[in-house]
Amino acid sequence: MNSKKTGSVVVIGGGISGMLSALDLANSGFYVYLVEKGPSIGGVMSQLDKTFPTNDCAM
Amino acid sequence: MEYPQAVPLKYGINPEVCLKLTKDKCGTCEEVCPANAIDYTQTEKTLILDAGAIIFSPGFKPFDPSKFDNYQYVNYPNVVTSMEFERILSASGPTMGHVTTFPKLPLNPKKKADKLLAEKRKDPKKIAWFQCVGSRDMNKCDNPYCSSVCCMYAVKEAIIAKEHAGGDLECSIFFMDMRTPGKEFEKYYQTAKEKHGINFIRSRVHSVTEDFDTHDLQIRYADEMGQIVTDVYDMVVLSVGLEITPETKALAGKLGIEMTANGFCKTDSFEPVTTSRDGIYVAGVFNNPKDIPESVLEASAAASAAGDALSEVRDTLTKEVAKITEVNVVGERPNIGVFICDCGSNIKGVVDTAHVTEYAKTLPYVTFADENMYACSQDAQDKMVEQIKEKKLNRIVLAACTPKTHEPLFQETLKSAGLNKYLFEMTNIRNHNSWVHKNNPEIATQKAKDLVRMAVAKAALAEPLREEKINVNASVMVIGGGLAGLTAAKSLATQGYDTHIIEKKEVLGGEALKLFKTAQGEDVGERLAELVQAVTAHDKITVHTNTTLENVEGFVGNFKSVLKTGDKTIELEHGVAVLATGAKSSEPTEYGYGTDERVIRTLDLDKLLKENDARLAAVNTAVFIQCVGSREPLRPYCSRVCCTHSVDNAIALKKRNPAMDVFILYRDIRTYGERELLYKEARELGVIFIRYDVDKKPVVTIEKDGLKISLNDHVLNRPVTIDADLLTLAAAIVPRRDERLANFFKVPMNDEGFFIEKHAKLGPAEFATAGVFLAGSAHYPKPVNEAITQGRAAASRAATLLSKKDNLFTSGSIASVDAEKCSSCGVCISICPYSSPRFVSEGRFEGKAEINGVLCKGCGLCVASCRSGALHLRGFDTNQIFSQIFALGEVV
Repeated sequence: MNSKKTGSVVVIGGGISGMLSALDLANSGFYVYLVEKGPSIGGVMSQLDKTFPTNDCAM
Repeated sequence: MEYPQAVPLKYGINPEVCLKLTKDKCGTCEEVCPANAIDYTQTEKTLILDAGAIIFSPGFKPFDPSKFDNYQYVNYPNVVTSMEFERILSASGPTMGHVTTFPKLPLNPKKKADKLLAEKRKDPKKIAWFQCVGSRDMNKCDNPYCSSVCCMYAVKEAIIAKEHAGGDLECSIFFMDMRTPGKEFEKYYQTAKEKHGINFIRSRVHSVTEDFDTHDLQIRYADEMGQIVTDVYDMVVLSVGLEITPETKALAGKLGIEMTANGFCKTDSFEPVTTSRDGIYVAGVFNNPKDIPESVLEASAAASAAGDALSEVRDTLTKEVAKITEVNVVGERPNIGVFICDCGSNIKGVVDTAHVTEYAKTLPYVTFADENMYACSQDAQDKMVEQIKEKKLNRIVLAACTPKTHEPLFQETLKSAGLNKYLFEMTNIRNHNSWVHKNNPEIATQKAKDLVRMAVAKAALAEPLREEKINVNASVMVIGGGLAGLTAAKSLATQGYDTHIIEKKEVLGGEALKLFKTAQGEDVGERLAELVQAVTAHDKITVHTNTTLENVEGFVGNFKSVLKTGDKTIELEHGVAVLATGAKSSEPTEYGYGTDERVIRTLDLDKLLKENDARLAAVNTAVFIQCVGSREPLRPYCSRVCCTHSVDNAIALKKRNPAMDVFILYRDIRTYGERELLYKEARELGVIFIRYDVDKKPVVTIEKDGLKISLNDHVLNRPVTIDADLLTLAAAIVPRRDERLANFFKVPMNDEGFFIEKHAKLGPAEFATAGVFLAGSAHYPKPVNEAITQGRAAASRAATLLSKKDNLFTSGSIASVDAEKCSSCGVCISICPYSSPRFVSEGRFEGKAEINGVLCKGCGLCVASCRSGALHLRGFDTNQIFSQIFALGEVV
């Protein structure tokens, strides 16, 4: 087993958690592969109309 | 294509239904596609990626209620799921935001049967929500857990439905326990009841039947008195729970990740985002049901965990972003492009956007105007870049939503087109217009025209602005040595940053020192000691105990703080700060607390359990009272942790002595997520739960031989009296309300004294003040695993800033001084809340004011205060503001 570490991370799932994990990692110096099964990222949150408790638009 | 804002916004072929792929017929799309983008020969490819870590965030699927025959979701057109109802409310949904019955039919049906049904369509007058469909249910499905989000989304959907449908829509929510334990959630629930008039009915509905002709729905349920009630509704919304799909479980199995019986990821409370497999971290609903802010926190926390593991290979595989050369537009005649956004039907549903677009074309200096369905979608952005380049536009006006969320996005678009990002003016024709004037479309259209005309007048005077570079001091100050603070410090130190922990007490550990066990049974004392040991031994961490913060100066990247330990003061320079000052248990003023030693608080019971106190052996009857000081007018919030904590302690008591009678007196049991299993276990062990109403609280009489606790039993509906020898009060958790600290960092607190985060959904671990982060119960009461998650999240957010080193810039929109005009009066210096203006100490303009651009927030206070007219706010200069005002006055 190669003990040398690799400076990249695979994020599985392009919902709100996956996207933000990917952003934090990319913004702190890691190369990120964001893997999503569907044709677009955004997950369930992008299907929501508004969010509680502020009633902000979910998009 | 899934929806207009999908990223990437590209059409895809569904291989399961495509005739060409399944039967080798059709092929029309290939013939008609002008870009020749269709390629049927593409097949699945296997890529091999090299990575140092994996973050697993596969998410969930809303529960499918098809198999529930008593609700007839499949057969009744007016029974919908909550997810479908979200789409009904959405402007980009199938009914374009119009709440209507038969929502599953196409808007203009073609089939004969559908047409007949569509004729019966009406605006519903009564809608019912059924909670816990596919959650907390072992009878009809196998999901014993609580899905955590449904109570809140049902309240939200009911409020929004009323907004869409107008005042006379009647909304009823049928629930078992109302679970609103998040920040600001309880207030939202109370507002729904009191202001919006939403009915909350405590009952699990037995069944739904349909009127054959009208398709109205008759529902049958037992009310709180046990009486059977039947009622007719136009629509029923099933509040479906969150479920992990078999595919996700299979994938997790393949990855070697351990799961709970319900298919959620098994994690330790002290390592809440670390899976059982080394190098794989977890975030989101797969790691237990949760809402958006919790998912966002876990996202950052997982990034911090991966960052800890990979810190030595940071920056080894990243590439520099290619910089686009900025076009110099100084001295050019303004060439303004106006973009009008429809925001689906959000704006277009009220404002005549086509007319506003045509109008914009007639305004001075406007050479181009265009309308977009969603200006923020990827294709609209790409088109905008092309249009800017092609028409040589040098000032851009966007009439759309709020700059608060969308300005940075469009400024990036300008940058990609080679324009300075300050050559941009955004005007809000949605929040300030179409939303508030939805009943007056003509006036709204007129107002949109006024707003666009004003924005154009201002944009014509816009100049490119420059941003100053900020050097970041790569060290950290963490205030508060509790779980959240220790976690944040440990992560940042592990990632290589010098970290200082400031703790006002003598020892590290905070309130967690008083805890017995976590909800998952881990021994808090033991695990906390390990964490304290790791932190104390870390060579990058300096611990300052018995220390208070006396002063803070400076700004993101360059803070200077004064610490006081005993009578010694030191100055600490740091680039970022993490506020983790925690919260504490309140002192109850009721139920005889403080007058008798048999009446104690939750943390006192933890102490007894921890020390295996002999007092416990003598207890025959133990009673818990929940919500002591929480969810009341004085503290209108839920303290979140108490239900689980009391249930957990009740189980501990029952396990020590099964013969002990244990009662929990509660208002709603809020054991969210898989904590619900504890509630179930407690009932199985014989713990008795009795619900009370806030206006009929239990009465405690203290007598020599015992405590007498009287209340009305909700099942028997008659008064009962319990003779107890131990009463544990779930006292409200209160913040420390540290005004001084809030002032030092210019960070806000809510009415109760909890710090207000940058954004309730998307910025829960940071403040609006750049470089200041937030973790733990100072944000809101939270259990061990959530405090640690937020500690890690704050660390991750801080790391994104610290790792930038010399890549951080100020805003271009800051104040500047015309030294020739400055009279050296000093008003600007005294008025600035950020200590940005100062007197020049030498040279030609000695004694005149100057602005420290890094400190300036662009608030404009100094500009307004300057009596000599020497101060200017770049991007909001006097001539720009006046031009807007004059434009407003123009008669059109």
